[in-house]
Amino acid sequence: MKYSVFAAGLLGASAALAETPELTVYTYDSFVSDWGPGPAVEAAFEEVCGCDLKLVGAGDGAALLARIKLEGDRSDADVVLGLDTNLTAAARDSGLFAPHSVTADYDLPIAWGDDTFVPYDWGYFAFVHNADAAVPGDFKALAASDTKIVIQDPRSSTPGLGLLMWVKAAYGDEAPAIWDGLSDNIVTVTKGWSEAYGMFLEGEADMVLSYTTSPAYHLIAEEDASKSAASFAEGHYMQVEVAGKLAASDQPELADQFLQFMVSDAFQSIIPTTNWMYPAVTPAGGLPKGFETLITPEKSLLLPADEAAAVRDAALDEWRGALSR
Amino acid sequence: MLKLDRTRIKNGGFTLTADLQIPRGARVAVIGPSGAGKSTLIEAIAGFLPLTSGRVLWEGEDLTDRLPGKRPVAMLFQDGNLFPHLTAAQNVGLGLNPNLRLSDAEHARVQEALTRVGLKGMDSRKPAALSGGQQSRVALARVLVQARDILLLDEPFAALGPALKTEMLDLVSELATETGATLLMVSHDPGDARRIAEQVILVAEGAAHAPQATAELLDNPPPALKAYLG
Amino acid sequence: MARRAQPLSPAAGYGAAALVAALILGTLAAVAFNAETGRGLSAADWAAVRFTLIQASLSALFSVALAVPVARSLARRRFKGRSVLITLLGAPFILPVIVAILGLLAVFGRAGWVSEALALFGLEPLSIYGLHGVVLAHVFFNLPLATRLILQGWQEIPAERFRLAAQLGAGPRAMWQLLEAPMLARVVPGALAVVFAICLSSFAVALTLGGGPRATTIELAIFQAFSFDFDLGRAALLSGLQLVLTALAATLALRTPVGEGFGSGLDRMLRRWDGQNTFAQSLDTFWIVFAGLFLLLPLLAVVLSGLPGVLSLPATVWSAAFASVLVASASTLILLALALPMALAAAQGRPLPMEIAGLLGLAASPLVIGTGLFILIYPVASPFALALPVTALVNAVMALPFALRILVPACRDVVARHRKLALTLDMRGWPFLRRVVLPRLRAQIGFAAGLAAALSMGDLGVIALFADPEVATLPLQVYRLMGAYQMQAAAGAALLLLVLSMGAFWILDRGGRWHAEA
Repeated sequence: MKYSVFAAGLLGASAALAETPELTVYTYDSFVSDWGPGPAVEAAFEEVCGCDLKLVGAGDGAALLARIKLEGDRSDADVVLGLDTNLTAAARDSGLFAPHSVTADYDLPIAWGDDTFVPYDWGYFAFVHNADAAVPGDFKALAASDTKIVIQDPRSSTPGLGLLMWVKAAYGDEAPAIWDGLSDNIVTVTKGWSEAYGMFLEGEADMVLSYTTSPAYHLIAEEDASKSAASFAEGHYMQVEVAGKLAASDQPELADQFLQFMVSDAFQSIIPTTNWMYPAVTPAGGLPKGFETLITPEKSLLLPADEAAAVRDAALDEWRGALSR
Repeated sequence: MLKLDRTRIKNGGFTLTADLQIPRGARVAVIGPSGAGKSTLIEAIAGFLPLTSGRVLWEGEDLTDRLPGKRPVAMLFQDGNLFPHLTAAQNVGLGLNPNLRLSDAEHARVQEALTRVGLKGMDSRKPAALSGGQQSRVALARVLVQARDILLLDEPFAALGPALKTEMLDLVSELATETGATLLMVSHDPGDARRIAEQVILVAEGAAHAPQATAELLDNPPPALKAYLG
Repeated sequence: MARRAQPLSPAAGYGAAALVAALILGTLAAVAFNAETGRGLSAADWAAVRFTLIQASLSALFSVALAVPVARSLARRRFKGRSVLITLLGAPFILPVIVAILGLLAVFGRAGWVSEALALFGLEPLSIYGLHGVVLAHVFFNLPLATRLILQGWQEIPAERFRLAAQLGAGPRAMWQLLEAPMLARVVPGALAVVFAICLSSFAVALTLGGGPRATTIELAIFQAFSFDFDLGRAALLSGLQLVLTALAATLALRTPVGEGFGSGLDRMLRRWDGQNTFAQSLDTFWIVFAGLFLLLPLLAVVLSGLPGVLSLPATVWSAAFASVLVASASTLILLALALPMALAAAQGRPLPMEIAGLLGLAASPLVIGTGLFILIYPVASPFALALPVTALVNAVMALPFALRILVPACRDVVARHRKLALTLDMRGWPFLRRVVLPRLRAQIGFAAGLAAALSMGDLGVIALFADPEVATLPLQVYRLMGAYQMQAAAGAALLLLVLSMGAFWILDRGGRWHAEA
């Protein structure tokens, strides 16, 4: 008798364990790192969902999409978090994503009407420099100056691709001439953001391609006001980071719940000082102290997803052509 | 009886034929001009060179397809008879068990053999710390514990001085008597042959001839041998 | 006709080679079969192929050309700290790329030490970016390896030969003709092939030091095909091209017969009598100081920038360090299990297929191997669960060509020297391996194992494709820290990585030389 009670208890326990639903979210590496938003997001969502949130890091944004395409319908992922508008067209074309049901009052500099992808944060690309240095005010001035910059390769890096789009969005057909002018300012092109930023901190260049929010990190986390972002008159290109629900998810309701949670205060208030980006919906408490010191571009540039995908290859050829000479 | 039954041995571009028998317990010198194929003959018996035709038989048993280590043969080479990284005792012990897992009795046999060749107390020395003569003695101690029916010598003492070489040959001769082994030794020196071999195999012009009594052959050499002896 | 008897069956070696080939070609095939569209190779891809060939050839030539005098100086000088210096010289080779780049730039960059020194004299800062920068960086990475391979060639000349040469009163020219030139003819082609293959798959170093898209290598084109275009067909095509180029280079470099070697010695203490005059001494001093400064200054920069962070490393760094040690240990064991049978089979028969199988591991794109493994593993198991074992396996395959370069010549000598004696004693298989091969090859096995452990410790490998947040190796953790603005912690973690890699290398390499003269 005793045994059967014990056995029933055991069965009950394992059944209860099995009933805790699990939501798997694929994201980029830095999101899940100890310094990223991952740990806090996981704790906050698990408090309200009665589920187990599993965050899986899979390289950077581009690798993330490649990964999902490789896994296809069989993927364990329910949600993919961390694509940006340069990737959403290709992501949509894969047919692996399902429309969302999220409603929110976004604080984005642009209107958002995408039915598949939900934005969770955004930022402007910018050249970061030492605060005491005199810096040019636009690309043409930069090209005319002897200011040295480090940039990232658009083929292997998100900011690199962002810069490509920035110049294209600001100058259109004039872009090759701009790149031509910039070629003697570019110290080198790196594979990823980390190499470039590291080189800048070592004094290898006067400016590095990063985000307008980078100085906020130094200011808030390190109490170091020595870094600034240069404001460019052409306006600054934006990066909008989004998440989407996979059509093959076995937890569609939970996935919807997560996406809705993502635009709530609980999630959004974590973003500024962990992901060092602007939250897509400004939380009730406002932005952390220090963010008010950041530059606000007068003009926000962003090519719509379809257009971005359409001009990408040609823009890359122009870039490569101008810098290979 | 060791029998080479219509054997043809190919070594590079060179072919040697042999069709001969050696009685058990015999001591045979293999002589002939340089490059005539003395080593080829010995190596074929040891199993290092495959036969293109014919058979090698020991007491009626066919050895042709047996690996060198599976033949009733112990062999000493011109050089490299010892492993430089192993001690004298280990080098001898290999003759009992290639894996060197030796019983107490076998360890005792190794010591006995080293004592027998005059190397008592040198068991833990490595070859580099031994003289040339002592190295030869270690190799002979191993031959002793191997206790194979056939002992092949491919001029292992060529580098030793005349007195030392004679001493070694005498030791070989004694050991062969003690173990009853059949001895085949390549030699350049008719004196060596006269000293310990009662029979001689002449290797010349692509053939190994049947053994003949040593004195008889050396006293009345055929033309090929005569040219060699000078 | 019976086959020539051998003390060891080559079957295990052929098996290991087949396994390596299956891993590399199988993953490549898996990627190719998953391809949907493909637009073939573009003009830009061909430009990448051209640049890759040029930079890899130049890098191999310069690395080996500089390694010869450095190895020669190290071979004939004995001085305090020589073995420490030799160990330290191996460090650049095992640094994570990102750390090495920053170390190099701290010395040779626009704001580096050399440029600062130049500025004192009112001179322009050094410009490191361009083809010369790529070659400089690759020489920095590969000079130590080439030096070690060639130094080993010198050390394999038995002491008896030097004694003979000294007795003959051989001067520098005669030494060169009698001993050095024949030895170099044996060792140099292999060293060239290895360095060429390493540089062929360079990506971040070539791009960063090359100064821009001019310096696009095949590996970067593969990366682009994957994550930018998601064109698996093109990725597979480029990766296949990379393999073919390596196989061609290996065939060219290694097809020449290796000659007779130097025969056997009796393990006597090595003493050198040559090169005692002042000119030779100053020349050797120059080369040793040159190599020391060139290789150790960037290392010093890494150490200096890491020191402030090393005492306050976050806990995740320590757990990543533990994972790295585990991976490195497993990888070293796998490597030896593959390399020893392959080296022995190569020593007893035709070496070229083994060498090529080994080099393919080096030239294969980690991205393609990783993705291919992912495609193969995904249907049957969670790739995450296998992240560490897969990393250990792939790292072992990457270290294989080095191990073969180190082991094959020594195996060949051991087999040539001891084959007949072993066969008459019926020492075949395990007894031959245990009693002859392993003791005779201690130094080489230690060196190969040390290199494999250090490489595996420092290599990012495929883990980036597989790892989930709980599993990270130390190099991955360095990247993650940098990606999170944690530059100081990253520098500290890099220093820890350097210490661990060097430690693993030192222990294994010394272990192999215990009781033997270095």
